[in-house]
Amino acid sequence: MVVRVEGVSQVFERGAAPVLEGVDLTVAPGEFVCLVGASGCGKSTLLDLVAGLTEPTTGRITVSAQRPALMFQEPALLPWLTAAGNVELALRARGVGRAERRTEAHRLLRVVNLEGSAGKRVHQLSGGLRQRVARARALAQDSSVLLMDEPFAALDAITRDVLHQELTRVWAEQGLSIIFVTHNVREAARLGQRVLLMGSRPGRVVRQWDVDLPQPRTIESPGVSALAAEITRELHEEISRHAN
Amino acid sequence: MRTDDLPLIDVPSTTDDVRNRTVEAGLDALGATTDLPRGRGIGRTFLRSVFPPLVFLAVLVGVWQLAYSAHLKAPYVLPSPSDVASTFWATLQDGRAVEAVWTSLSRGAVGFAMSVVLGTLLGLAMWWSRWLRAAIGPIVSGLQSLPSVAWVPAAIIWFSLSNAAIYTVVLLGAVPSIANGLLSGMKQVPPLFERVGRVLGLSALGRTRYVLLPAALPGYLGGLRQGWAFAWRSLMAAELITYSPELGQGLGQLLNIGRELSQMSLVITSIVLILAVGMAIELLLFAPLERRVLGRRGLTIR
Repeated sequence: MVVRVEGVSQVFERGAAPVLEGVDLTVAPGEFVCLVGASGCGKSTLLDLVAGLTEPTTGRITVSAQRPALMFQEPALLPWLTAAGNVELALRARGVGRAERRTEAHRLLRVVNLEGSAGKRVHQLSGGLRQRVARARALAQDSSVLLMDEPFAALDAITRDVLHQELTRVWAEQGLSIIFVTHNVREAARLGQRVLLMGSRPGRVVRQWDVDLPQPRTIESPGVSALAAEITRELHEEISRHAN
Repeated sequence: MRTDDLPLIDVPSTTDDVRNRTVEAGLDALGATTDLPRGRGIGRTFLRSVFPPLVFLAVLVGVWQLAYSAHLKAPYVLPSPSDVASTFWATLQDGRAVEAVWTSLSRGAVGFAMSVVLGTLLGLAMWWSRWLRAAIGPIVSGLQSLPSVAWVPAAIIWFSLSNAAIYTVVLLGAVPSIANGLLSGMKQVPPLFERVGRVLGLSALGRTRYVLLPAALPGYLGGLRQGWAFAWRSLMAAELITYSPELGQGLGQLLNIGRELSQMSLVITSIVLILAVGMAIELLLFAPLERRVLGRRGLTIR
């Protein structure tokens, strides 16, 4: 297992209701796991914990890889740096030497098909291009675990489709382990090998599906639609329990 | 992902991937920002930024000349523009203008440099120590609104009529602005940037050096700019009041000579020189610096 989350609970303030309670989750090497759930179910909190940004109140998290790479909903690029500069910062954090940083950053930008934009500043790039620079930066972390927190939520549908396809390709080619958080059920069914549904208050895993559909899938594949419908039904049921 | 033995993905594996690449290339082309033509041409620059102030200046001098010709005031109260121009020329010729500008400007530069060092250290210390921020934050903010000329009597009593007295006043004027500018710049850094630094695995020092400080640069620059303005004003106030042979003759002292001789044309000449230095520093140093820093981040308003 690359990532193992055991009985993790998270309480932010003493006496407050827990955000996460008794969460168990394992991710096998090369596995693509999607987490879906209503807003505020603690999906992002769980990712922060796996990324090591916060410590769990109770429970244990083991990640048997280098520091996981994390991509946010926003590209979160630093606006005073160029596209290449953003990628180089990740390399610098890993202790890569100066000369090697330059060539490596350009190589990574070529991987996400952005070589021509290396010298551009963030504000000169469109939303989709920024997301790809963020991907190159995540690749620069050279981790086998990639955590993604609704990375495509702010993009238009066409760009999202393109990036879905590219992500599945990169995942398959590089044997990444991915935890992909989204509130878009179809996206989860389109991408994941396994989809976990999280309940809210407290956040916990309530059900999971193994997705046996072959890749390449598309968002319109009948299998994807059928699975998405089933997950949505379950999600609605889970949300309705909080109505009274 | 061992990225270094990762094949360059120039050859997509399936026809789907080929199609995807083409769609992506199309999106890139559509989303590309077309760079606005740079360099507006000398003619347009002249028309838009040099011509208007010249017109205004001409109108101002015209009104002044009219007021003089109408004998609204006695000539020693309101000299004519040509009187002032000849005094201006005379002070330039006998070297007094150059000496005064040089004395004040070098003093201002030294005082400002000291203020930058102290203000930056103070701002950083207040950022690192919550306790210090709570303890001296209100005083530092308060000092910004205290006219630093109020320190002149105290400075003279402590240091007598010396450069030390002048620098004290300059520092008390500029340091609070610089420290506060840096602090507010750092406070305005989006928390997301800090998270990025941590996700990338930068140490606390690395996050400060590569994320926090660059992100705070616009606020810091604003603080420096205000700090310079306060330093220059404080310097003039100090020079106007402290007068002694070993202090040399700065612009403030030149102004004071004009007052003592009741030579209004010299007074106006001094004011024009003080204004000119302030404008020159703003136009040649701070404005281009700010344009550059903000332009890089896509924050400039055209």
